[in-house]
Amino acid sequence: MMSREAVYERLNGVFREVFDDDTIVVNDSTTADDIEDWDSFEHINLIVAIEEEFGFKIPMGKTVTMKNVGEMVDIILQMGE
Amino acid sequence: MRELEYPFKAEEIIKKKKSYKKQLLSESTTSFIEKKIAILGGQTTQDIKLVLELFLLNYGIKPSFYESEFNQWFEDGMFSNSDLESFAPDLIYVCTCIRNITDFPQFSDDKEAVELKRKEVVDKFRGLWASLSQRYNCPIIQNNFEYPFFRLMGNMDASDYHGRVNYITRINCDLYDYAQSHGNFYICDVNYISSAYGLDRWSDPYYWHMYKYAVSVPAIPYLSFNVANIIKSIYGKNKKVFNLDLDNTLWGGIIGDDGADNIEIGQETALAQTYSEFQEYIKLHKQMGILLTVNSKNDNDMAVSGFNRPDSILKMDDFVSFKANWNPKSVNLAETAQEISLLPESFVFVDDNPAERAIIDGEMPFVSVPEIESVEHYIQVLDKSGFFETTSLSNDDLRRSKMYQENVKRQQYQSKYANYEDYLKSLEMKGEIHSFDPLYMSRIAQLTNKSNQFNLTTKRYSQSEIEEVAEDSNYITLYGKLEDKFGDNGVVSIVIGRIKGENKDELHMELWLMSCRVLKRDMEYAMMDELVDKAKSLGIRTIFGYYYPTAKNSMVKDFYSLQGFEKISEDVQGNTIWKYIIHDIYQKKQNVIKVNLKN
Repeated sequence: MMSREAVYERLNGVFREVFDDDTIVVNDSTTADDIEDWDSFEHINLIVAIEEEFGFKIPMGKTVTMKNVGEMVDIILQMGE
Repeated sequence: MRELEYPFKAEEIIKKKKSYKKQLLSESTTSFIEKKIAILGGQTTQDIKLVLELFLLNYGIKPSFYESEFNQWFEDGMFSNSDLESFAPDLIYVCTCIRNITDFPQFSDDKEAVELKRKEVVDKFRGLWASLSQRYNCPIIQNNFEYPFFRLMGNMDASDYHGRVNYITRINCDLYDYAQSHGNFYICDVNYISSAYGLDRWSDPYYWHMYKYAVSVPAIPYLSFNVANIIKSIYGKNKKVFNLDLDNTLWGGIIGDDGADNIEIGQETALAQTYSEFQEYIKLHKQMGILLTVNSKNDNDMAVSGFNRPDSILKMDDFVSFKANWNPKSVNLAETAQEISLLPESFVFVDDNPAERAIIDGEMPFVSVPEIESVEHYIQVLDKSGFFETTSLSNDDLRRSKMYQENVKRQQYQSKYANYEDYLKSLEMKGEIHSFDPLYMSRIAQLTNKSNQFNLTTKRYSQSEIEEVAEDSNYITLYGKLEDKFGDNGVVSIVIGRIKGENKDELHMELWLMSCRVLKRDMEYAMMDELVDKAKSLGIRTIFGYYYPTAKNSMVKDFYSLQGFEKISEDVQGNTIWKYIIHDIYQKKQNVIKVNLKN
């Protein structure tokens, strides 16, 4: 099983690529408000990129309830089991 | 940019589109043409637009966009729309999907009721297209419909008129009928590309319910690439030539080692059949006007012997240039380009050897160098790359290969004459030079978009703009056709001048171009003679010529000087303006072409 730290490392890479910004560091409490370009359109690309990175599809019910990056990581850990 | 050439990695494009765009805009040495594109969406179009922008930039087209609000495709295009009117699109893309069809057959419907429903759906679209062409008079690209992602009746959904698969198929055919009978209207074949991608993945309902995308986000690059190919074709950026390697490309094995008898071609083995199918695929392009050329490291006689096999699909006379020697391939390609008067950027270099591809890619960055993988995939890679995406088929396209072969004959014939003028006279050339004629509008528009070298202003026109200019009495327009004893070259020269001045006695040349296939035939002088004749009859006293230098048109730098114009200005960029005063007595500039002979 992946560790939370390992998930964060890969997730950071995805965020940096999608938002084309190498300074981004996300944590449990990061939300869309914290990243300038993170609007509903970029959210789509972000989800697609995360799905590609971790190799599974996040079901719709889970995508709509995520409130912050912490919950995103919870879902990734759950899905990866 | 390699990342945007087929076969591309769609997920990478979605993820990295921001950095790709930066790269395209910063590193590119291309001079972009700018186009305003309106997208009328029946679904979310944000990413379709952003990825389309990448592919267009990669083709040297810099787009600016108008994007309708979600699902306003019909209202935005059908009714008066000041935003869209002030945007003044060069091209409109109607990005609709099966979700925009609301009225499907019910099982209680009889055949007539279903026909009526279908007619209503299609009429709505026809109304939109009519409104768009009337208001904006520009090319329209229309998505056809993907198949439904469920089939209530299973297989009978396709054959029974109650079935949605049947319904969609018929509606698509109605769209094609419209496309066949209307110019400037192009179908984006979503039905095909969604099948090629995989309909289940393409139509994943997740993306509709989450984001109102009818195409799944990972599939968007395939859609946008397809649209970009149609657009670049409309604006004359297609490839024109296959430059082909031989060993392990057109046949299996090394002919120099194995001998003609032992190469893999014909029907004897699976591998031989695969190469034969590839040769057939290449040969089919010839009919479409794509030129076939050979570029091989081989002994010439050895190479020829491969095509002399009775079971070889391709024959020596299929090629307009054949270079089998030990020169670097970049040298061969450059020489071939010169021989057939085309730029290297018109070439697709097909070679199984990655090292040869890398050299061409490095030395001649505008040549397309597809990564063709292994022989059973050659066709798929080349076909999906969209090099020869066709948006119009002129008679010239269908005859092109023949015309180039005629040119080769002319060159051989020329060597018999010591005096060039005697040679020209012996060609028995006949010119047809008139104002624009409806018969040739598509060819004229095509030429304005394709000609780069013998082109004084490099002004591009769409077919509708050409039609407008032809109607406008403030313009003098001329097309020139040239025929000789070896064959008909078709329409090869275009001239457009605008009448100005208080007394309407000035003519300003907005366009003067000629196809390089008739260089040094005095056709440009025949055009001048007719232009002066026409101008005189309209009371014009002065003609102003303009030369705008580009990376490709230096061959016509002194064109107006040769025509007897006087240079009146030159700016720092090298743009020059020329003046020609029409005197009462005008000496015809050429006497080798017989112009407008009555039959």
